[in-house]
Amino acid sequence: MTVGNVFDPVFETVRSGEPILKVRGLGVDFSVDGSWVMASEDVEFDINPGEVLAVVGESGSGKSVSAMSILGLLPQNARVSGSATLLGRELIGVREPMLRAVRGKEIGLIFQEPMTALNPVLTVGFQINEMLLSHFDMTPDESRRRVIELMKLVDLPDPEKRFDLYPHQLSGGQRQRVMIAMALACDPVLLIADEPTTALDVTVQAEILDLLRDLHHRLDSAILLITHDMGVVADLADRVVVMQNGHIVETGPAQELFTYPQNAYTQDLLAAVPHLGSEIADAATPDGRDDRPTDWALEVVDLVLEYPGRGRVPPFRAVDGVSFKVPQGEILGLVGESGSGKSTIGRAVASLLPITDGSIKIAGRDIKGLSQRDLMPMRRKVAIVFQDPASSLNPRMTIGESIGEPLFLHEKLRKGALAGRVEKLLDSVRLRRDYRYRYPHELSGGQRQRVGIARALSLGPDLLVADEPTSALDVSVQAHVLELFKDLQEQYVFACLFISHDLAVVEILAKQIAVLHRGQLAEIGSRERILRDPQDPYTRRLLAAAPVPDPAEQAIRREGRRALLAAGADPDDDVATA
Amino acid sequence: MMAQDIENEPERIPPDNVPSTELEMATFVGIDNELAETGMGPPVGSAPMAAKTEFRIVAKRFFRHKAARAGLIVLALIILLAFSSIGFGPIPGWWKYDYTEFEPTLTDGGAPTLSIFPPAWGDHPFGQSNEGRDYFALTMRGLQQSLIIAFIVGIVSTIVGTVIGAVSGYFRGRIESVLMRFTDVMITIPLLAIAAVIAGQIGGSGIVGLGVLLGLVTWTSLARIVRGEFLSLREKEFVDAARSVGASSRRIIFRHILPNTVGVITVSATLAISGAILLETALSFLNFGVKSPDISLGLLLQQYRQAMDVRPYLFWWPGVFIVLISLSVNFIGDGLRDAFDPRQTRAKA
Repeated sequence: MTVGNVFDPVFETVRSGEPILKVRGLGVDFSVDGSWVMASEDVEFDINPGEVLAVVGESGSGKSVSAMSILGLLPQNARVSGSATLLGRELIGVREPMLRAVRGKEIGLIFQEPMTALNPVLTVGFQINEMLLSHFDMTPDESRRRVIELMKLVDLPDPEKRFDLYPHQLSGGQRQRVMIAMALACDPVLLIADEPTTALDVTVQAEILDLLRDLHHRLDSAILLITHDMGVVADLADRVVVMQNGHIVETGPAQELFTYPQNAYTQDLLAAVPHLGSEIADAATPDGRDDRPTDWALEVVDLVLEYPGRGRVPPFRAVDGVSFKVPQGEILGLVGESGSGKSTIGRAVASLLPITDGSIKIAGRDIKGLSQRDLMPMRRKVAIVFQDPASSLNPRMTIGESIGEPLFLHEKLRKGALAGRVEKLLDSVRLRRDYRYRYPHELSGGQRQRVGIARALSLGPDLLVADEPTSALDVSVQAHVLELFKDLQEQYVFACLFISHDLAVVEILAKQIAVLHRGQLAEIGSRERILRDPQDPYTRRLLAAAPVPDPAEQAIRREGRRALLAAGADPDDDVATA
Repeated sequence: MMAQDIENEPERIPPDNVPSTELEMATFVGIDNELAETGMGPPVGSAPMAAKTEFRIVAKRFFRHKAARAGLIVLALIILLAFSSIGFGPIPGWWKYDYTEFEPTLTDGGAPTLSIFPPAWGDHPFGQSNEGRDYFALTMRGLQQSLIIAFIVGIVSTIVGTVIGAVSGYFRGRIESVLMRFTDVMITIPLLAIAAVIAGQIGGSGIVGLGVLLGLVTWTSLARIVRGEFLSLREKEFVDAARSVGASSRRIIFRHILPNTVGVITVSATLAISGAILLETALSFLNFGVKSPDISLGLLLQQYRQAMDVRPYLFWWPGVFIVLISLSVNFIGDGLRDAFDPRQTRAKA
């Protein structure tokens, strides 16, 4: 134990074996337009010293709201009832100064998005320092020493130099480490981590989870982990609380809950999580190279894509020399982490970005340098489904108008004929016909994404570009959308470029997988070969980092990953993006 | 890449059943509305779910704003009073005097006959001018002219500002540089000076000409706001979605992006109207705006400013109406701004 317990006046209490945090009958309501709306109700759990408790649920389940209510960090229009006691002291309904003394000092908080949770105009050292100075009487020298000690604790390389850097000069993983250092600054007895890895890439996520596990063992602090990701839960949690619609539906030790889920909702939730390796488990390894007909829906040859520079800023090369082919009626999964250029390729294929060099051929025709007029017939053949269903539909247009727009522009359909086609499309994505009179904000995320798919299919495209169509959705919704997608693909037989950061999702759909790494193709091959026998070191790291929703298997995978890293597959990803 | 495809799509006249949010913008949104027609048309078969349109949500929030509600009522009453009392054009009003009529003798020295208790209009409620004209009729005439100028300025500056802002925000690049530098130049020219010089030359064309002229020099702030909105909206995925199916730039600007900026445009237009009232008053006061024998509120102030000591009511009546109009228009603008603000949808404590 390197971090001094001198800062820890409650250290003895922690040792006594009483629960650190006792939550009883906690309820949160929000006042919306004059009436109270329940966000969570009857939430009860204990956190024991040295325990990791995960609160799991989908969006709207009340998991974050419950945790924030403990710290009194809810908006003005919230009403909290029930009780939460930290080491015997009540936290609900007490006055602000008392809560301020608890925040940061006894309960540390790690937020989801380190870029927005850190102040961009202050150095990271200053921000960690602020935590110390607001709770302890320290000289500047003392506190600086302590900050550097903390930065060492969270494995930030070169802490003296990092002290004076600004958040944008650090990589995403390093920023999250700074957040963790801030949360740990006052040796809290409890750490609340609200979706600590959701904004991070899988390889970075694995490193942050390792750090949290390591710190948890070394400092013996309790962690309240709030997440929607079953893989993260399996990796870290001792006990799990499952929430749905503001209520706790099941509580239990992690291993037990994953193996024998009792509640129907928990069972559904676990079944909905894509499990890496499950699709190919019983499929035979294909024998070598398969000889296909040369009927390609999409051919990409030596593609180079650049974002133009401005003034003295040189152009940014997002994609560099990528080649792959998609046969007619087949799905190719394009996998990569953020910044790998996967979405850029998708947009170039949909003719939304100019091609710098190389070529993109759709059904044999090169789209490079075509004018808008010449592109029109090509646009019928290629459609795109976007990542965020909330922003890909025009909020001022009805669903019917959005779906009908391609038909309106290309087939010049009007009125009755258009309405008929729109209703058929709504049928095919299993939405009610009268939804065409609705506006996007009246639909749920999953329904909106179905509308996005219906719009993409309206002209019967030969090639569909799906740019992370499910990454903004909850797992159970994602499962339904993926199933629908699979059915539609079999029904309409279109070729598809399926872009995703999630190998498990790609595994469900794609026959071929291409792995992108920093704008270059790391590896391409059949699904079975990529997942079973990856050749490229980056692919191996990516596979090893993806968590699976099973604690036992995850523990084995963790060891495997450690061995892989130790064997010298360089963990080079945590590089500052500045 | 995007510039060349503003092309031959036939111009369409907006049908009656466009969504009401867009109706007020119909002058420049009236393109490609057949799609809207289909979406909004009478339900076939199953009854449509009662869709809570953006317009209804905004209207509901607007009417919850007390000051805005009061402003709307006051403005409506003032407009009604101004145009019904002395009539407009060939339509006669209910007031017995005309603003051009002279009475050789002043009744009661020209003092106002309006009394609150007991409530009575009297013969000359606002008194009489030095020359014996009925001051109520005179003020109403001035009110009419000032309101007409204000609304013309509001409409002209909104259209010009929106188009310039939209085009430069959407196309970026050289078009944006040229238009925005032009805007900068317009901003640097002192408004009052340019208005004074040009208004002196075109003074003959009356209030419509003056209104258009003022509109042509006051669009700059709206152009900047609209450009900012376009800069952020053009990066949204629904714009990419429209581009990916081959929608023309004109269609994307007018059908996809512009309806999403109705909020800021409406608010700016309202505030432009109240600014125009004040600008017209200032110009007329300096004798550059509306010219005698025609009359406006500013001109009334100018003509009777010496009467401040002896017959202050000649100064106060036009003054009161100027304050009332700009105050109520500002309140309406405030209410609209709050109503369109998306953060309001979340919750109200």
